[in-house]
Amino acid sequence: MASLFSKIFRTGLVTEPFSPVDADVERVLEAISARTRNLLGRALAIREVDAGSCNGCEIEISGITGPTYDASQFGIHFVASPRHADMLLVTGPVTRNMELPLRKTYEATPDPKLVVAVGDCARTCGVFAGSYAIVGSVDTVIPVDVFVDGCPPTPTAILTGILAALDRR
Amino acid sequence: MQDLLFATLAIYVLGMISAIVLRRAAGRAAVAVFAALGSSMGAAAGVSVLVSGREVPLAPALSALHPQVQLQADPLGAVFLVLIGLVAVPAALYGFGYSKSYEGRYSLAALGVVLNALLLFLTLTVTATSPILFLFAWEGMTLAGFAAVLTEHDRQPTIRAATWYVAISHVGFLALVVMFLVLSGGDLSASFADIRTNAESLSPVALGAAFLLALAGFGAKAGIVPLHVWLPMAHPVAPSHISALLSGVVVKVAIYGFMRISLDLAGAGPAWWGGVALGIGAVSAIGGVLYALMQQDLKRLLAFSTVENVGIMLIAAGAAIVFRSYGLDELAILSIVACLYHALAHGVFKALLFLGAGSVLHATGSRDMEMFGGLSKRMPWTSAFFLLGAVAAAALPPLSGFASEWMVFQALLGGARIADPEGGAVMSVAAGALALAGGLAAACFVRAFGITFLGLPRSEESEVAHESPRSMRAGMGLLALGCIALGLLPSVIVPLLARAATGVEGRGAAVPSMQLGLALATPSGLSSFSPFALATMLLVAAAAIGLSIRMLQGPFRTRLSVTWGCGRFGQTSRMQYTATAFAEPLRRVFASVYRPLEDVSVDYHPDSKYFVYRITYASDLRQSFAAYFYHPLLLAVRIVAMRVRRLQSGSVHAYLLYVSLTVLLVLLVARVWH
Amino acid sequence: MTDYLLQLINVALVLAVSPALVGLIRWLKARMQNRRGAPIWQPYFELRKLFGKEVVVSDTASWVFRATPYIVFASTLAVALLVPLVRIPVPVALGSDLIVVVYLLLLGTFFLALAGLDTGSPFGGMGSSREMTVAALAEPTIALAIFSLAVGAGSTDLGRIVAETLNAPTTVAAPGHLLGFAALFIVMLAETGRLPVDNPSTHLELTMIHEAMILEYSGRYLALIEWASGMKLFIFLSLLANLYVPWGIATSNDPAGLAVGLLALLGKVVVLGCAIAALETRLAKLRLFRVPELLSVSFVLALLAVTSSFVVR
Ligand code: SF4
Repeated sequence: MASLFSKIFRTGLVTEPFSPVDADVERVLEAISARTRNLLGRALAIREVDAGSCNGCEIEISGITGPTYDASQFGIHFVASPRHADMLLVTGPVTRNMELPLRKTYEATPDPKLVVAVGDCARTCGVFAGSYAIVGSVDTVIPVDVFVDGCPPTPTAILTGILAALDRR
Repeated sequence: MQDLLFATLAIYVLGMISAIVLRRAAGRAAVAVFAALGSSMGAAAGVSVLVSGREVPLAPALSALHPQVQLQADPLGAVFLVLIGLVAVPAALYGFGYSKSYEGRYSLAALGVVLNALLLFLTLTVTATSPILFLFAWEGMTLAGFAAVLTEHDRQPTIRAATWYVAISHVGFLALVVMFLVLSGGDLSASFADIRTNAESLSPVALGAAFLLALAGFGAKAGIVPLHVWLPMAHPVAPSHISALLSGVVVKVAIYGFMRISLDLAGAGPAWWGGVALGIGAVSAIGGVLYALMQQDLKRLLAFSTVENVGIMLIAAGAAIVFRSYGLDELAILSIVACLYHALAHGVFKALLFLGAGSVLHATGSRDMEMFGGLSKRMPWTSAFFLLGAVAAAALPPLSGFASEWMVFQALLGGARIADPEGGAVMSVAAGALALAGGLAAACFVRAFGITFLGLPRSEESEVAHESPRSMRAGMGLLALGCIALGLLPSVIVPLLARAATGVEGRGAAVPSMQLGLALATPSGLSSFSPFALATMLLVAAAAIGLSIRMLQGPFRTRLSVTWGCGRFGQTSRMQYTATAFAEPLRRVFASVYRPLEDVSVDYHPDSKYFVYRITYASDLRQSFAAYFYHPLLLAVRIVAMRVRRLQSGSVHAYLLYVSLTVLLVLLVARVWH
Repeated sequence: MTDYLLQLINVALVLAVSPALVGLIRWLKARMQNRRGAPIWQPYFELRKLFGKEVVVSDTASWVFRATPYIVFASTLAVALLVPLVRIPVPVALGSDLIVVVYLLLLGTFFLALAGLDTGSPFGGMGSSREMTVAALAEPTIALAIFSLAVGAGSTDLGRIVAETLNAPTTVAAPGHLLGFAALFIVMLAETGRLPVDNPSTHLELTMIHEAMILEYSGRYLALIEWASGMKLFIFLSLLANLYVPWGIATSNDPAGLAVGLLALLGKVVVLGCAIAALETRLAKLRLFRVPELLSVSFVLALLAVTSSFVVR
């Protein structure tokens, strides 16, 4: 036990030093920040559902929780259960195996709830279109409020999409 | 009032007769009514003794029969008379409905006789005033218990359990006989008062030996580690309302005996007596709950938890001896009160839990927790009562278990006042042990209630389980009320128990400052707490929250949906945590205690071991005491017996020689003795 | 009467401030991780939102599941009413006893664990099994730490312990005191589900302890449970602060003293909150089966604390 903790403290932080956020992103973030102040009580819990994506979108989504974008500063955070969520963030074309789980997740989320479909696949099935393994785009399975385009979309685009969904309420 | 007890005993006899004479429902009803009536009259006698605070000779009619038969209730015995009533009335009521399922399978007459006989001997035990009477009643109690355990006599585990029970009980009995011989100077018909004076003239060694014999003799019945092995076998196999009596009362009567000897008859003992009792108590408390955690058999789990609670009582009794040896009388009285309170509290909640387990057994025909689940929807009353009992057993406020455990804690914390560092250190270790036992008990009862009553049913039988008949629910309901009352009203009950404690002290000390009022304060202001205020706070807070949410947010919006399981296709009961899985983390943590035996076997496809047909996992705990203590002992006994058998030659001449040699030996001994 | 009123104000204080404490720790952690972080009043927004949402209840759940949030919240409120936060003494009739406080909190844990089993979800069962394991192992440490305090004060009454330490300021530097503090601090991390025992912000079901039990809760139920665990954290921290470093706490009802007491309390809790944030940034979560080792370390510390309090006495 002692050796474990001493190793943790000896090793210290090994993440690379934080480089300043570039100006474009900064501007978008400012804008989002200004607008989120009076939206949905400034608290949004997101449950992410990978309905069959290539995981490209997931990498971008995890970007929005990192130091550069830091969605938590707008009151946006990811949760472990749809029961805690206000929004589902769905990626990828819906595969046959994920159709039921996606429906169930939607079902399990308490009202009021929003659905944002992230990535080209979610709208058009992208490169996977026509595959025997997929059921179709996300909106064939559950109602979608906003689509975010891009393959994969940038974190900025995803944040903007989330915001657009909030605006529609 | 004096004849109340005589009436009690007579009623029990009537109960036995009616069990034999009457059949079916009438017989069951008569047995239940007589048992309940008798025990409630006994309890009434007990209460009046406690309120008056004086010793009362009882049943003079019996003394007229024979001058040796002197019954008497002093405040200490009266506490246990009350306990018998508290548990026996609901158990008898419950037994009326419960024993219906025995009709046609086992002898109802025997069951009825056993129930009343057990109560009769229990009553005699706590009112006896001489060793010979005490031992007679004690043995009667043992045999009645033996017959009760043997009710389902055609099952192998039952016979095994009964054999262990009767064997260990008799070893204990032997110890008690010797102990009384030592204390009374060889005269078993001396009265307790004579023994008290005689003990003052005994040497410390003799007294110490008597103390150890009492600990072993009463411990064998109370189920202290390592003499506990029979208890988890025997208590579960008896009919559930009898299990309730065995765990709730019989075990307590052993505690009564221990207190009677170590705190009263043998006079003020040295501190090491208390230390020994504390140590054995701590080991029993932790060992009992550790094994309770691992049981799959619901009633066996409860029986192991009895071992734990006996440990707690022994801790309190040990603390009392230690405090008295240091002259801290107030703390000694607090410890005795804590011990008695825990005896009452445990009697009531354990009886409730056994009756609850009996209802589950009644409804599903099983005691195996892995078969249960989802019973709270099918048996709402039973589950609510069992939950109450579980909360009390986990020593959570504001129910009875907490009130008594709080007092034990306070008594131990009083150890800080002992001048010697060792004395205080022993107390602090005991407090740590008690806390560990408390935490583990909470885990144990989350498991017992949660796996049995919550979630989805794990078997067909649980799926179609039904609520128990009204008489059984009434029995449980009474005990549930008892749990609540003992939890909320310690400030009323404690002064009465303090009378018993001062009586035991035999010093005529004034009742210490445990106030009547809402708050319960320990003597010399160690601390105080108010269960009543606590319960009110909890209720008011819960109601206020509900109301304020409703007012601020409007009507509740609630939707039913399937359980969230990451979107999997469906949920079956096999996906739930099982009783074994629930206890797995603790089993790993305490692996050195359990020394689990595990066996995993995997069936592969003959061509590739990446295709698994089946995995079987079997696991068992090594019963360390059976393996390292009893098995060698039994082996040794067997070897000696084989040797001794050679004496059995079958020749009459040899036997005549033995007889004459024995007579000679006895004469010689008698001569030397005088 | 004023005493009781002031004690009620205690409850209001805990209710009001505890979300901010959770927010503060999150904000500090974000800052230490180069993030901007949500403002410290973020948890209030979250609670407001949750109270307004619909509740989805599993169809296998029984009344235990629905009653649990109220029991957890009520028992935490009751604790808030018992502990000395801004002033001592606590009115006697309430019985401000350390053992009562510990077991009241255990009552909440007990029901949460039952609720975890109630839905029949494997995660719930896993969470409650683990939570009860940790709770059971933390218990003896708490008892011994209490004992070491009681040796000095001759009582487990919280107000008396605080008063005793105030009277004899040198005891603060006594080894028993320091060791007891360390032991209770570790146990506090375990009991309130912080790193390195449990990760409050994990999303992986298999690593969860506390979170796994409440996966099934939503809307107002979730709000009550989250709020109650915030209050539990606040109460634990203020107990640590007041029992071991009681200075500043008011000893009478005069308004200036009370104001100082309030500020002192908040200051101490903020310092402890900073310590938690720093620890959580630097420490990885321990594997479940190493947690007992950590708890046994705390147990040994508590044992040493008791022994040394006896020796020094
Ligand atoms: S949109 Fe692009 S990145 Fe996203 S899942 Fe589809 S292919 Fe992958």
